[in-house]
Amino acid sequence: MAPSKYDWPEAGDRHLIGQRVARVDGPAKTSGHAKYTLDLVPPGMLYGKMLKSPYALAKITALDVTAAKSMPGVKAVHVIQDVGTTIQWAGDEIVAVAAITEGQAEDALRAIKIEYQPLPHMVNEEDLSQVGTRGKLGEEQRMGDPDKAFSDPEAVVSEGFYGAPVIVHCCLEPHGDIAAWNGDQLEVYASTQAVTGLVGQFAEGLQIPASTVRVMCQYIGGGFGSKFQADRWGMVSARLAKAAGAPVKLMLERDAELMVAGCRPSTFAHVKVAAKKDGTLTGWRSESWGTGGVGGAGVPPLPYVVRIPNQAKRHTAVSANIGPARAWRAPNHPQACAVTMTALDDLAAKLHMDPIAFYRKNADLLGDRSANYMEEFTKAAEMAEWDQHWHPRGAGSTGAMKRGLGVSLHTWGGAGHACVCRMRIQPDGAVEFEMATQDLGTGTRTIMLMVAGETLGLPIEAITLNIGDSHYPAGGASGGSTTVGGVSSATRRAAVDARDQLFAAVAPGLGVTADQLEAVGGQIRVKGSPDKALTWKQACAKLGVHAIEASNKNPGPGALISSGVGGVQIADVSVDTETGQVTMNRMVAVQDCGLVIDLKTAESQVLGALIMGIGYSLFEEKIMDRATGRMLNPNMEFYKLAGLGDIGELRVHMMTGKGYDERGVIGLGEPPVISPGAAISNAVANAIGVRVPTLPLTPDKVLTALEKGVSA
Amino acid sequence: MSKAKNGSGFSRRKFLKGVGVGTGALSTGLLSTAETLSHAGALTSGTPQGPGAVPITLHVNGRVHRLTVEPRVTLLDALRMDLEITGAKRVCDRGTCGACSMLLDGKVIYGCSMLAIDAQGHAITTVEGLSVDGKPHPLMTAFVAHDGQQCGFCTPGFIVASKAFLDRTPHPTREQVNHGLGGNLCRCGTYHGIREAVLEVGNSGGKAHGAV
Repeated sequence: MAPSKYDWPEAGDRHLIGQRVARVDGPAKTSGHAKYTLDLVPPGMLYGKMLKSPYALAKITALDVTAAKSMPGVKAVHVIQDVGTTIQWAGDEIVAVAAITEGQAEDALRAIKIEYQPLPHMVNEEDLSQVGTRGKLGEEQRMGDPDKAFSDPEAVVSEGFYGAPVIVHCCLEPHGDIAAWNGDQLEVYASTQAVTGLVGQFAEGLQIPASTVRVMCQYIGGGFGSKFQADRWGMVSARLAKAAGAPVKLMLERDAELMVAGCRPSTFAHVKVAAKKDGTLTGWRSESWGTGGVGGAGVPPLPYVVRIPNQAKRHTAVSANIGPARAWRAPNHPQACAVTMTALDDLAAKLHMDPIAFYRKNADLLGDRSANYMEEFTKAAEMAEWDQHWHPRGAGSTGAMKRGLGVSLHTWGGAGHACVCRMRIQPDGAVEFEMATQDLGTGTRTIMLMVAGETLGLPIEAITLNIGDSHYPAGGASGGSTTVGGVSSATRRAAVDARDQLFAAVAPGLGVTADQLEAVGGQIRVKGSPDKALTWKQACAKLGVHAIEASNKNPGPGALISSGVGGVQIADVSVDTETGQVTMNRMVAVQDCGLVIDLKTAESQVLGALIMGIGYSLFEEKIMDRATGRMLNPNMEFYKLAGLGDIGELRVHMMTGKGYDERGVIGLGEPPVISPGAAISNAVANAIGVRVPTLPLTPDKVLTALEKGVSA
Repeated sequence: MSKAKNGSGFSRRKFLKGVGVGTGALSTGLLSTAETLSHAGALTSGTPQGPGAVPITLHVNGRVHRLTVEPRVTLLDALRMDLEITGAKRVCDRGTCGACSMLLDGKVIYGCSMLAIDAQGHAITTVEGLSVDGKPHPLMTAFVAHDGQQCGFCTPGFIVASKAFLDRTPHPTREQVNHGLGGNLCRCGTYHGIREAVLEVGNSGGKAHGAV
């Protein structure tokens, strides 16, 4: 691609990009002054509450809300699902009320008279033979000649059962919003990953013009892929607010948040893998299934990353009466990784190969990122002291405590989403820019300011950024690791355009043409003649009375962003073979993501992904009760997140510099959360000598695996 | 039934003057003597309260607040919904996650697990009360420096819990931090930065981040 004026500065010319900059909203968050949707209380606001179904599958046969309407403080009652409707999962919303206090709203829910006809539900899918007609068998996909690969007498074949159950997002700030009408104008304060996208969803859902909807979100208390939708409760909040003539806050209770607002689909699989005696992979066969609620779930990309030449695979989507699937960081990838990299690890063990040597042997099958993986294996092995601590499977210490190391690798796309940035430079030197995007805690505000500062030669403190309001130019949804690519490139283009207008305004006075100028260190100066310079304020004063305004967007000119990353992770664990307890000693992540803008927040993304990964590897599972069809752990004492004492030591290395930076900016939210399941499971297998088939690796499963003693 | 009564027939300023509690004269932790507090409002006695709303007095971050709440309202909800002091977050609402951590007479508690009426007569400090004259607490500065927050929803609870932890464990080891902050949960995964921040403040006496 031909060079563009928008291209990122060369390495030696970067002043902010690639540095470690503290997130700009850190002080607001640490001081408690950051206001989240859950914190906002507009004047006259009412509290909404919803009646939830206790049944996983049932028909509503009678419903009477008369008494609820006349309860103290109640201002509106809205029937969401009426008599005759069939409820498809426990926790589904049936009636909503709005009252002056939360307590009154809860009292009103108790006054609702409702009868159900329960129907036979299905909520457990781990045993495929028990799902009956709920499984929808997909077509078998074949590549090469798998039958030949497995029947080759020279082939070494490993066979096993692997999987990861449904887990939930458990956002600390629950889903929901505050809806407020001003005449025909609807204002929504939402906890959302898609400020711009919600406008159309509310307009369509309520059948009102999009021009009458405004969505705002300054701070969001966690999303992880689960907050792209306005959701039914969004529409309900608007209807309650309309009926009551007052703003209504309708946010989920903790139990509902876990039951209905977060579901990462499960994947289980019987897998056979074949290799030559030298480790060269030849065949893959998998029979997989999983559920993401009544609608089934997407098909995981099996085998993951590794392009095994001969394959036969089939996937069954299971319809279960659990809250519906929502995107969870790197949809389908962590599950596919937990199935593939464990099966391959068992094969490597059967071949008596070091798994890293095994992946190196199969480097040709690792796709576009293969060379990067090889570099990342080297770095990760060094950081994890692999050569010192790794041992053949089960050949560690002889005591009750066994230490083991496991490795995994992953990939993700992460291009930039479409968005628009608008920037103004005022004659007094003030710089302000805006976009209807959102900062999930990934550091979006910070990297936008860094790009603007880099381009204008100003410190970030000299620039004002406005986000989180749909009245600003359109932003994209923050998902799929596409935000950093989108907002950084749109900001870069708008800032270059604004800067060039400023150059044009001051060039004649400096006796040069605009293309001879540069913006560095708070000055506009002539390239090569640093003494011919104006301060930023002097330069802006030349604008007279007219501010500069520039808008630009992504996609656009210049090679600013790219797609496709790789990462390698190594887990180091100790397993108590008497109690089954798994303890994290260390977790190492080596990750590339092209040009890193803020090294500090980039590392935080990876550290956070490791911790989330430790959580779903060791603790997390949405446990469904076969008899009642309800979630047994819709709370935070039994739906267990990792705590500070559970994480061990974490080491992160970002691959930057030559070979990486020139690719441009690539997103990072998804990739590092993919590998922990497989890496930790492999470390446990390495420690105790047998495979614990499914995540999470709880003590009971560890002890069961030890008792069975099934080795690969 | 739980609207703060500031301004409607009762002036908070007059009240403060009357009981000799000036907002400027107080800083975190100074309201801990029973003598000062006993003037400030009716303490919960042995008589049954409610179920209707009852007037109560809370001492929060050095200020006195009179409000009317149903006895079933938690301290956390009274602060958040009636006084709009929202630094402490409601997450699990049953004493598991620590997002509502606050100080009661200097000791850390879960605000979701105490009734507002029972918090009368005690000095309550939320994260907002840890900044003095707009100057951030050294832990806040350290959390920013070590990026001990992402979405930030658990952060105020962690700051408060960290302060209480360092008060009783001034020079902690890594193991002590792991154990001492085990009562707070984060979903984004910010423990690494939190641990570094707490270790730094604890072992520099906060000097690295501006404490005297």
